[in-house]
Amino acid sequence: MRSVIDIVDLTTEELDELIKTAIDIIDNPQSYADACHGKKLATLFFEPSTRTRMSFEAAMYELGGNVISMTDAMSSSASKGESVADTAKTVSCYADIIAMRHPKEGAAYVAAKAASIPVINAGDGGHCHPTQTLADLLTIYREKGRFDNLTIGLCGDLKFGRTVHSLINALSRYNNIKFVLISPEELKLPSYVKRDSIKSKNIPYVQTTDLEGSLPELDILYMTRVQRERFFNEEDYLRLKDSYILTPDKLKNAKADLSIMHPLPRVNEISVAIDEDPRACYFKQVLNGKYMRMALILKLLKEAGTI
Amino acid sequence: MNIDSIQNGFVIDHIEAGSGMKLYDLLKLDEHDVSVAIIKNVQSKKMGKKDIIKIDADVDLNLDVIGYVDPTATVNVIKNGELVEKLSIAMPQTLVNVIKCKNPRCITSCEQELDHIFKLSDKSNKEYRCLYCETKA
Repeated sequence: MRSVIDIVDLTTEELDELIKTAIDIIDNPQSYADACHGKKLATLFFEPSTRTRMSFEAAMYELGGNVISMTDAMSSSASKGESVADTAKTVSCYADIIAMRHPKEGAAYVAAKAASIPVINAGDGGHCHPTQTLADLLTIYREKGRFDNLTIGLCGDLKFGRTVHSLINALSRYNNIKFVLISPEELKLPSYVKRDSIKSKNIPYVQTTDLEGSLPELDILYMTRVQRERFFNEEDYLRLKDSYILTPDKLKNAKADLSIMHPLPRVNEISVAIDEDPRACYFKQVLNGKYMRMALILKLLKEAGTI
Repeated sequence: MNIDSIQNGFVIDHIEAGSGMKLYDLLKLDEHDVSVAIIKNVQSKKMGKKDIIKIDADVDLNLDVIGYVDPTATVNVIKNGELVEKLSIAMPQTLVNVIKCKNPRCITSCEQELDHIFKLSDKSNKEYRCLYCETKA
């Protein structure tokens, strides 16, 4: 059974196909309004999430399907000690596809191995969040019209930021890409991500702590939040959380067609004043995420022979 | 220092100095009621110093464990006091239930009866990563 746990589970051709489907959904929503009629998506969220769960649910409703949910792990059998594998087997009896978020890294893989229906990883701890990357890719495609010949700045928590790792991995497959990695020393991109996704492909990159100085060359600025839940030590979190705050004055030397992205939720790393700037794309990302989740649900249900 | 020759069993030779005890632990040799000699820091022309493990019994030896700890080690099979075979050792592509993931956020830290699986991710650096969370071993 085909599941999507990591963005690398999808080939470049499949990413292109998903983007094509998403664009078609945007252009012809009525053609997809009954595509999943009578089918059920189970959203299993073992940790809090607003946008990802609602995005999956909205995606399934817009495909004409239904949703069954486990939104609070404390009120589920997980609180009684049921394993992820058993939960996945049980839910396979009720639903046609699962979207799962879990605080433990690798949980979605365990669920996918046990389930008899497709599983989409909606975030497993600090590990992978492939549908966020799909949202990011559609946003880049719609804003720039291409994936090659881009200089992409990634700023903030590059160590624990799973969306950053996945996006680097996905973009590293395209030609003439350059990465500018902007972070405090303590939150630098892990060396294995750098080795596997950047160095091994001879992709040019710069590692810096300077956001403002990096801005003029960027086509895309991908801001991230320093995530409290990824730290064992509150003191470290408090020291690092305000490392980068993007304000309108910092953007004065940026390109006119810069695209400012953020996986959201933001705390204070992008000033609210930037929301009105036409270069801000982060709320477009939210919408694009729903379209890509629709495309992915369709693809997996088709491959499973369910629709 | 003299250690008696063994009659039937294995001599794991050319172990990187300092890795002998780790290999003993991971091979779970303490669970066997057999004679085992761990010889540390033996002078070696080739290696300078090396460790050797002699096992005087025909135990079920997990070669993957040896390949993980030190792929340059050699394993001699002894029958009736004679060397009868030299086993080739290679770094295994996958390690199952040999080591545990040390990432407290990994699903293996809480899921029942889940195999601890590591994949070889970088042969030149002898690097293994957890199949579930990709944390380095």
